[in-house]
Amino acid sequence: MCATCGCSDDTGTRITALPVGGPADEGSASPEDHGHGHGHGHGHEHDHGHSHEHDHAHEVGGDEHAHTVLLEQRILAKNDKLAEENRAWLGERAILAVNLMSSPGSGKTTLLERTVTDLNGEPPVAVIEGDQEGHLDARRIRRMGCEVVQINTGSGCHLDAEMLRDGLAALGPRQQSVVVVENVGNLVCPALFDLGEGARVVVMSVTEGADKPTKYPHMFRAADLVLLNKMDLLPYLDFDVDHFTALTRRLNPEVTIQQVSATRGDGMPEFYAWLGARVSA
Amino acid sequence: MHELAITQNVVDAVRERTGDADVRAVALEIGKLSGVVADSVRFCFELVAEGTPLERATLTITEPAGQARCRTCGDEFDVDDLIALCACGSADITVARGKELRVTSVEVR
Repeated sequence: MCATCGCSDDTGTRITALPVGGPADEGSASPEDHGHGHGHGHGHEHDHGHSHEHDHAHEVGGDEHAHTVLLEQRILAKNDKLAEENRAWLGERAILAVNLMSSPGSGKTTLLERTVTDLNGEPPVAVIEGDQEGHLDARRIRRMGCEVVQINTGSGCHLDAEMLRDGLAALGPRQQSVVVVENVGNLVCPALFDLGEGARVVVMSVTEGADKPTKYPHMFRAADLVLLNKMDLLPYLDFDVDHFTALTRRLNPEVTIQQVSATRGDGMPEFYAWLGARVSA
Repeated sequence: MHELAITQNVVDAVRERTGDADVRAVALEIGKLSGVVADSVRFCFELVAEGTPLERATLTITEPAGQARCRTCGDEFDVDDLIALCACGSADITVARGKELRVTSVEVR
């Protein structure tokens, strides 16, 4: 059983690097054919976090009577520790990791395609794609000439710090670059798991209900930036931008909200400026 | 269903401290504003604990209510959700209580 989410091994996390210009480029051969199978094998240690397993056994073993051990331990302590290690690793290399989150279909991958093309290496962008299954998004990103690693979570509904650590090891991002981590499309679970990212960006599209912040408060409260996408469709929709903005600000007074159209490019320069300010910071 | 992952973390955290000792009770604190549903954790616990020394443990979950502090006027007040307004009209609040996500104690023999 996977120690992270309890999913069984045959549907567990798999990490696949899709090198630019690699054999699976045009979909004739599937990356599954060349994949690495189970992804927990990219050559760094996996045994940490278990070192205390037996340290305290004698403290409780051999006791006739039941007794209570006070733990006072945060449930996500292990994930948070790994996240801090990721943060330190990224910091040493001046890499900005962006945790990109949204519901399915809000336009994360289209936004990334345009971002990679427009930035054109300044700063360099690499991508870690998180999906339950398949390599469709990773292939789309690679077609843009961008280094990309696909993480498949199997039955998992979110990425966690361990998956990002393994994804970064497979990706090998260069110094002073941006790594965009496209989380599993889900407005609930990813909000709870710190990956060690430097910024949290939530994408929300005007084809969704303007009351989404009220329904998914944890996600909008955790965001540094909210991108309101598909603004080109606004004339055809009954989406109240002011209402959405007010709800979001009420949850998260300091958040930056930008309006974009990833397909047409409207508002994207402001997003690039926001990113650029954080890379150089 | 992040509760499955959360529950797995509970079992892992307990076993790191108690090893193979028989665990009879586990006490958790899951705040009402933590984003984790206590009932789902109860459901998942049976599943995740199966085949471990926690298999027969009873699970007790306390759910601290939400409390917020207004960053504008400094007032403290109870909240049921994250979309809270202070009586002074400010939405600039910090959650002081209710986000707990902790294993508080375990009983072993």
